[in-house]
Formats: sequence, structure tokens, C-alpha cells
Amino acid sequence: MEEVLGRSVASWCRGATGVTNAVRLSGGASQETWSFDIQHPDGLIGAILRRAPQGYGAAPGRAAGLDAEARLMQLAYDAGVPSPRVLHILQPQDDLGTGFVMARVEGETIARKILRDEKFANARPLLARQLGKIAAGIHGLAVSELPKLRRMTAARELAEMEREYRGFDWPRPVFELALCWLADHDPGPSDEVTLVHGDFRHGNLIIGPDGVRAVLDWELAHLGDPMEDLGWVCVNSWRFGEIDKPVGGFGTREELFAGYEAAGRRVDAKRVTFWEVMGTLRWGVMCCGMMQRFRIGPDHSMERAMIGRRASETEIDLLRLLAPRGN
Amino acid sequence: MQDEPTPEELTKAVADFLRNDITPQISGHHAFKLRVAINVLDLVTRQLKLEQGSDAAELARLSKLLSMQGSLGELNRVLADQIAKGELDLQTPGLAEHLWQTTMDKLAVDQPNYASYKRELGADGD
Repeated sequence: MEEVLGRSVASWCRGATGVTNAVRLSGGASQETWSFDIQHPDGLIGAILRRAPQGYGAAPGRAAGLDAEARLMQLAYDAGVPSPRVLHILQPQDDLGTGFVMARVEGETIARKILRDEKFANARPLLARQLGKIAAGIHGLAVSELPKLRRMTAARELAEMEREYRGFDWPRPVFELALCWLADHDPGPSDEVTLVHGDFRHGNLIIGPDGVRAVLDWELAHLGDPMEDLGWVCVNSWRFGEIDKPVGGFGTREELFAGYEAAGRRVDAKRVTFWEVMGTLRWGVMCCGMMQRFRIGPDHSMERAMIGRRASETEIDLLRLLAPRGN
Repeated sequence: MQDEPTPEELTKAVADFLRNDITPQISGHHAFKLRVAINVLDLVTRQLKLEQGSDAAELARLSKLLSMQGSLGELNRVLADQIAKGELDLQTPGLAEHLWQTTMDKLAVDQPNYASYKRELGADGD
């Protein structure tokens, strides 16, 4: 891998003499993430490769595709949204498949560390407001400059989710209740259609002792209701036990909204709540999907099996949202 | 009738062995996998202990709520279907209580450390 990467790097990074420390970080069969260092007379340059290996070019279902991801990261970076700088978009002669190389941003993505470790103690009170500002930056990107993306509405999202849930053929009365609630409370298409990050939450945010350093993973980016991102970041599943701090377990909705509005955009709190319910159910359906993939294979891992058993967490959260017991 | 020890005692014995004797000897990615494996066995142990009681209570509630007899699977399908059609909703007497109890019983097996569950469990005790 270092040899192939080294040949590619030599063609676009002036002065580069090679590549070292290449490690595969994660990813399934269709997409890989690698971390590596570019050897350069000025010192090592940390880099990340995201790619679909040859033969896995087509983006499945909801994914925006790696070309679109690279373009969105460039646009976000240029607009001042904390984002890794894109260094290179893979070309056929790189012999690395499709994808891109970006600068590696140092920091933490693991929620439990961000929420518990002392070194983030000063950052935690700032994060919700920062995320509001960052979301406003994302939603403010000019739609005319964006790559081609799916156009989503609440109704379409709901229909897709319901189809997926029905496909599991396993009765979940709480999910049924949530589907009815969502159909009854669909606020209709938003007045404004913007870029929506689509997976704006812990795991996709690089955080340092100074706060948010980068937004990652634009795989689920689409056009739609900007309030979707604000609702998704409030889903209880991303609070990691800190259930009284709705924004990622570190902040309040008020802080998130204040950061958003200070950047010149308006919050519709009712829509945000709608998307929080939608997001809670969506994560529940995703957990059920993990169970299916565990059973069907090829990834027959214990981790996947256990994520299947986390669907019930979203059921209690849905009941807390839709049928609170008054405690 | 199968002999003792019970499945619950057996899975617990394996989980305890892995936790106490093997965990200190393993590091890296396998330590992570081992922790997941222990979590699996702990979940199975909880299910073996709790399932019979919670299933019986759930079946009794469902029969009453739907005024019909059937297996747990059949009645859950009927309930899901009736909620989907709007024939039952949160105004239906007993539905919210049933869903809450059923969900609490699931969490007691799946994830008794989940913060929402612990909060609601505390509220039950007040």
C-alpha cells in the first residue's frame, strides 16, 4: 500500500519522497479509510485516504459518493467550516480506485472520551454553540455550487424508513406508534432547501481541547430541511449517558440554537423536535438493519449482533418523547 | 426434564471465567472483542433469568388489550397492525402502560445500564 500511495503522492505533492505509517482505520468492503504520513523535507505530513477500491465504484443507496464528499469538504473548507483540507482527488493513474486524500486533523472522535476526559473539560461548555455556528455554515453554502445530491423531504425519509422497517418483518409496536406520530406531525417541505450534512453527530466530529476542529463523513449529505441536522445531533443515542444534555451529551438546545442564530440563520424549534423523533426512529431501524446483516452475512460478528439488541434503547427514547410518564 | 445446572448458571460461569481469568491476559483488538463476547454472555444470562416471567406478563396484557388469545408473536403482530391502522393509539386505555412495561422488560435484558432506562426505573421506585 505504501508503495502505491508513494507513487501517487509523488505526482501531486511537491518535494514528497515517500509514504510511511500507512494503517487501515476502518470501513467495510466497499469503502476504506487509511491513515498515512507523507515524507517531506519539511517533515511528515499527516494524511487520510478515503477510497472505494477498484470494482466498488458505484455508491450504494443513500450515499452521496466519494467525489461529492470531496467536493463538499472543499466547499466547506473554503467557507470557513472546520473541515480537513482536501489534498488530492484520486485519478485513474493513481491506481487506488476512486476517492480522495485529505489532511489529517489531530483530535478525538470517541464520544466517551470527549464527554469524560479532563483535557476536554474546557471545550465541553463551548461545543453546543460551536456546533450551531458550524451547522449554520454548512446550511449557508450556495446550493448552486453543490455537487449533485439527493433531494429529501420528511415524507420521503419517512416512506424509506417505513419500507425498511416493514422489510424486517418483525413487529415493533413502539416503532408503529412513532411512524404514526411522524406521519401526523410531518411539517411539510421546508421553506428553504439547503445542504444537509445528514450525519452531524459524535463520531463524525474531530474535537480538541480547543473545541470542534473538523466535521467529517459527508457520505449522507443531501438537499433538504436544514433543521434535520439540528434534530439529529439531539438524538438521545448520541448523548452517551449524559441524557440531560441534549446536544451530544455536552450542551443545551438553547446553546445550539443561539450559535446557529448568531450566524444569521433562523431556528424552527418544532421542526427540530420532529427531526429528533425521526432520528431516534432512524437509529432504531439502523440497529435492526445491523441484526439483519449479522444474520445474512458476510459480517457475522458479535458486534453487529449486539447492535441489533440496541434497537430497544431507541424504543424507550421514543416513549420518553411521545408518551412521557410525567417524571 | 433436563438436569442441573441451568443454562443461566452455565452461561454465567463462562462469562465469569472470561471476565476474571482471561481478560487480564488479553490486549489490543482481541481485548475489545473479548469484552463484546462477555457482554453477549451477560445478555443471554439476563434473558434466561427474566424472559419467562416477562413473556407471561406481556402475553396476559396483550390478551386483555386486544381481547383475543394467541401466541406472543401473533398478538404482537396484531397490536403492531392495529396501531399502524390507527385503531389503537395513546388514548386507548392501557396501551401506553403496556408499551412502557414491555419496553422496560426488554431493556432489563438488552441494556440495563442505559441511562434512559435507569432514569425510568428510578421513577418507578418513587
